[in-house]
Amino acid sequence: MLQEENRNCGCDCDNENDMMDHNDCGCQQMNDIQTRREMMEEIKSLNFSIIELGLYLDTHPDDQKALCLHNKYCKELDDVEEQYQKAFGPLTIKYPCNKWRWLEEPWPWERGNF
Amino acid sequence: MWTYNKMLEYPINIKCTDPKLAKVIISQYGGPDGELAASLRYLSQKFGMPDQKSKAILNDIGTEELAHLEMVGTIVHQLTKDASIEEIEKAGLAPYYTDHGVDVYPSSASGVPFTAAYIACKGDPIANLQEDLAAEQKARATYEKLIDLCRDNPDVLDPLRFLRQREIVHFQRFGEALRGVQDKLADKKFYMNDMKTNN
Repeated sequence: MLQEENRNCGCDCDNENDMMDHNDCGCQQMNDIQTRREMMEEIKSLNFSIIELGLYLDTHPDDQKALCLHNKYCKELDDVEEQYQKAFGPLTIKYPCNKWRWLEEPWPWERGNF
Repeated sequence: MWTYNKMLEYPINIKCTDPKLAKVIISQYGGPDGELAASLRYLSQKFGMPDQKSKAILNDIGTEELAHLEMVGTIVHQLTKDASIEEIEKAGLAPYYTDHGVDVYPSSASGVPFTAAYIACKGDPIANLQEDLAAEQKARATYEKLIDLCRDNPDVLDPLRFLRQREIVHFQRFGEALRGVQDKLADKKFYMNDMKTNN
């Protein structure tokens, strides 16, 4: 569990309404709805770009320009997803947490991770 | 949303073709208690679940069933890919071969194409979870029959045993989810003005 110190603090301050009650965990700045919305927009945009480039590269595997863009977006997505998940909980079941935040609602079909 | 992982959940490496086995195993691909039905059943029912645990478990088991669908498809593919026409005819697969060649087509062992009539979404979480429990038992029973039929082929037996075991784990988790939903529905309800009731 080497990465654990870098992961979410597990202090129950994930709820946006609770953010004023926790001052010692250092994550309350991230619990900002605007930040969250912007980060999710960035993730969705990078994710779609990677899907689209992936389809294109499936039929044009020698296109160096597309390959470079794909590399760039993958790195950017890794970074922003790591930041987002640390603050707002896991986006996939493969993200380690001190507390099982996977259960947190709302789910995407309930307008979660807008 | 979903992302594909370029690996099987459990390894499959079948060295000898055997279209006779493919003819029966295809039922776990597109048959009434197969993995496609399982996956669609859970991923459709998840929208109507009333608590955290049941939403998560239907989502996550429905996802794992997609991985099992790929495993069963892989078994059928490896059993038929290099089969000779004589082997296909001898296995009784001539009608299947006529319509599908050696593609993997979602149908039951008796040749009925996949239908959404295999699944139910009853608008009632208790009824849905009870259906899911039954579905896991039926899938386990189907795998046990397939294990009997594949007794001489260890390359096929091994992944089938893994898949059978997963049905048992899913049954266990659905049972726990059902108890959670029953407890939630049995809770006393309080109705107050100016408050969105969430029963």
